[in-house]
Amino acid sequence: MIWELDMAILTLVLFCAVGAITVKDLLGAAILFGAYSFMMCLLWAIMGAVDVAFTEASVGAGVSTVFFVAAVFRTTRRTKD
Amino acid sequence: MKKLGLLLVILSGALLLYATVDFPLWGDPSSPASLHVSPRYIEKTMEETSVPNIVTAVLADYRGFDTMFETTVIFGAGVVCFLLLRVLGGEEGDHYYRHLPTGVTIHVKGAKGKSLSGEFERIDMLWTPYDLVIKTACRIMIPFIQIYALYVIAHGHHSPGGGFQGGVILGASVILLAISQNLRTALRRIGEKTVGILCAIGVFIYAGTGALCLALGRNFLDYAALASVLGTDPVTARSHGILIVETGVGIAVMATMIWIYNNVSSAGRYDEGL
Repeated sequence: MIWELDMAILTLVLFCAVGAITVKDLLGAAILFGAYSFMMCLLWAIMGAVDVAFTEASVGAGVSTVFFVAAVFRTTRRTKD
Repeated sequence: MKKLGLLLVILSGALLLYATVDFPLWGDPSSPASLHVSPRYIEKTMEETSVPNIVTAVLADYRGFDTMFETTVIFGAGVVCFLLLRVLGGEEGDHYYRHLPTGVTIHVKGAKGKSLSGEFERIDMLWTPYDLVIKTACRIMIPFIQIYALYVIAHGHHSPGGGFQGGVILGASVILLAISQNLRTALRRIGEKTVGILCAIGVFIYAGTGALCLALGRNFLDYAALASVLGTDPVTARSHGILIVETGVGIAVMATMIWIYNNVSSAGRYDEGL
């Protein structure tokens, strides 16, 4: 385990998480959430939990992003608050 | 109100961070989990279930109840999406058709039950011309994605993967078809009723395997009971039992992913997708 790589990915996870809840554009939030899931997937893989990483990649970064984009497409793109 | 919420979140977050100090260090060999739980699985899994991937054995055999109710939760998510979003009779309303030889688009009001001749093609309201590259690339990729998904389900004993991941990839291949062409193309391949029934069949396979073990005189989900049915020794029967259960999980997860996508992307009307 290379700690520099670990810290870099952890920083990206934090930025993606904060970005996903603060950004006003919901489509952007969906994409940021997908990026967050992918970074988490990398972290799981670094920690040796390959099964969890696989699930995170397929469910978190793959299908749930599609669901969010579909939901944004059928509702509004801007948040009210 | 917003400030109060922020204060509460920061307070509970700080409390959680403070509590993590008491956790054992990552990979600590003297932590309770490493002393009592993990060695048991690491030493005994191979001789008890003949499954090299310990994660799969723990997931589907030792902790079979957990996985069964996880599958039930996913099934419940699909049913709730259907009940909340589905608009029955949503097929009525305006339809758009495109005359293929000339490219003229026509708008038919109240088109329920009417069908136009083969020169016309039904299109979405926000129709953009199909991109030949996207359509062909997806058509070539989808069979390979599906084969890979089946491999992930069947090879879960030896490598990372299993019913959940394989089912999601299998569902994603159908969703890719719906995105690259349109929702109606995907619905012609795998319809609404098929999806709903498959969803229930997946959970039924899992719970039914457990009930079969109970009927054969062992505990619920103790696959060693299947030895007489499968004609193998109890250790191999546990390995096969995991495969049967993972297949059920895969079917349920695949159907649920397609079901949720269909309902969300068409807002429950099943006419126009993403």
